[in-house]
Amino acid sequence: MKLGVLSGKGGTGKTSLAAAAARCLPNVTLVDCDVDAANLHLLFDVDVNSRGTFSGSQEAVRDEALCVSCGRCREVCRFHAVNEQFVIDPYLCEGCGACVTACHADAITLRSRATGDWYTGHSACGPLAGAELLPGEEASGKLVTVVKQKGDELAEASGSTHVVLDGAPGIGCPVIASLNDVEALILVTEPTVSGLHDLERILGVARHFRIRSYLVLNKADLSPPLAEGIASFAAREGLLLLGEIPYDPLVPRLMVRGASPVDDATSPAGLAMRGIFERLATEEGL
Amino acid sequence: MRIAVASGKGGTGKTTVATALAIVLSERYRVTLLDCDVEEPNAHLFLRPEIDHREPVSKLLPVIDEAMCTHCGACAEACQFHALAVLRDHVLRYDALCHGCGRCALVCPVGAIHEQPHELGTVETGTARGFPFGHGRLNVGEAMATPLVHALQAALPETEITILDAPPGTGCPTIATMRCADVALLVTEPTPFGLHDLKAAAGVAEVLNLPAKVVLNRDGIGDDAVERYCDEHPLSIVMRIPFDRQVAALYADGIPPVDALPDLRLAFRDLGRQLVEEGAG
Repeated sequence: MKLGVLSGKGGTGKTSLAAAAARCLPNVTLVDCDVDAANLHLLFDVDVNSRGTFSGSQEAVRDEALCVSCGRCREVCRFHAVNEQFVIDPYLCEGCGACVTACHADAITLRSRATGDWYTGHSACGPLAGAELLPGEEASGKLVTVVKQKGDELAEASGSTHVVLDGAPGIGCPVIASLNDVEALILVTEPTVSGLHDLERILGVARHFRIRSYLVLNKADLSPPLAEGIASFAAREGLLLLGEIPYDPLVPRLMVRGASPVDDATSPAGLAMRGIFERLATEEGL
Repeated sequence: MRIAVASGKGGTGKTTVATALAIVLSERYRVTLLDCDVEEPNAHLFLRPEIDHREPVSKLLPVIDEAMCTHCGACAEACQFHALAVLRDHVLRYDALCHGCGRCALVCPVGAIHEQPHELGTVETGTARGFPFGHGRLNVGEAMATPLVHALQAALPETEITILDAPPGTGCPTIATMRCADVALLVTEPTPFGLHDLKAAAGVAEVLNLPAKVVLNRDGIGDDAVERYCDEHPLSIVMRIPFDRQVAALYADGIPPVDALPDLRLAFRDLGRQLVEEGAG
């Protein structure tokens, strides 16, 4: 199956849980779809066997020698990328080419630009694909689509039964790009007012795209009243709570050493994660 | 002066830092807080603003007059986002892919395309604790966050200090937030994830020519790699917030930690003073 791990709010534990999925479920290919802040590869040593650069966006480039300063480009640009001197700001330009059409002097052309780098490889947790956006680059949604494709190819070649996607925070472009063909989602949240607020919105996205979803509550003991509030929200919404992970100061310490909580018998968080994937396997008949 | 609070990694404490700075700086200056994380806005949960104005934000979607359309394919060829597909007797439009640039209408040789607004979300403005507050809310199922960030930044008059609470990541909405700032405060934590994403956020600040300073949150939970990186880069760590379950519990309940912890409030006053003095100098 193809399983996505999302949260709405950032920093709730998506990446740690996705990595744990690869330890707890059989034959998993991991795909890091958070190309803005790709972190999955930091958890293990990755033996990279293929990499490449993806040029997913374009930018308009003006030839000053040909420009007659008529201003048509500035008039048609909806992204305020052309200033009073008709200089095009590459960070505002969306590469749509409206200025190219509008220019009567053929002074503007579209040039493709590198968006980010992708890789596929193997780790102690199995096959892994990921990508990283270059600093200041846009088109993260397109890069997510590319890395998912690489992940699918890798899963096929490695004979994986499951693909687990570590998603981006938020509900916008990179998140929506990661949802295509996902069969089920784990939504990870924490018992904070932001955690609940953001869960409601990401659940809205999951429902909008009709993807069945499960809930995991991380750092559950941080605020018992809010944890209860989130559990009753889940019950009202028919969202199955797969399990609660207690706050565990061992988690960052293990991460620094490159170890996984699920392999540490003394980690309460690790124990809880194992329980969560056992429950998921039962629910999904894996 | 515009201060962007950004991070790369999510959940490092951007909203805690942005709201704390707005609270302490509003004691002495005219401050506006803009929560630019339009996908998951959270600052209002802590500041509880009274919203008095709501403005929908739209993109323009093409509408094809099939009676006039000759199905020549010029629009689909011109569209860089693959949002149009021209079939023999029909044009398909993929709304989520459309950026609303209007190029299809520009190239149509028979004028068969006009545009009509499609709502992406709402910009809401009001007052929180006596200072102007604004945030945006992207509609669920919409992909394009950037137009809301731009609309939000134009929604309120400029005050002495504007605090911009940035979305996580380094993509378009983060760039749209940071590019109009004078200084970036990068909030991170001492873990491998925190370090990796700090580098990405510092990279964005660098390409935007924005001076960057670091706030090290949850100091003590991991290792010293962030400090070593900041030393070498060099990036100055202007504040350290030790890990404290009390801070986490206050945050959980939607209480700005500076309201309950006098020492933390003093530390934010120092940070605010330092930023304003350096900004003025």
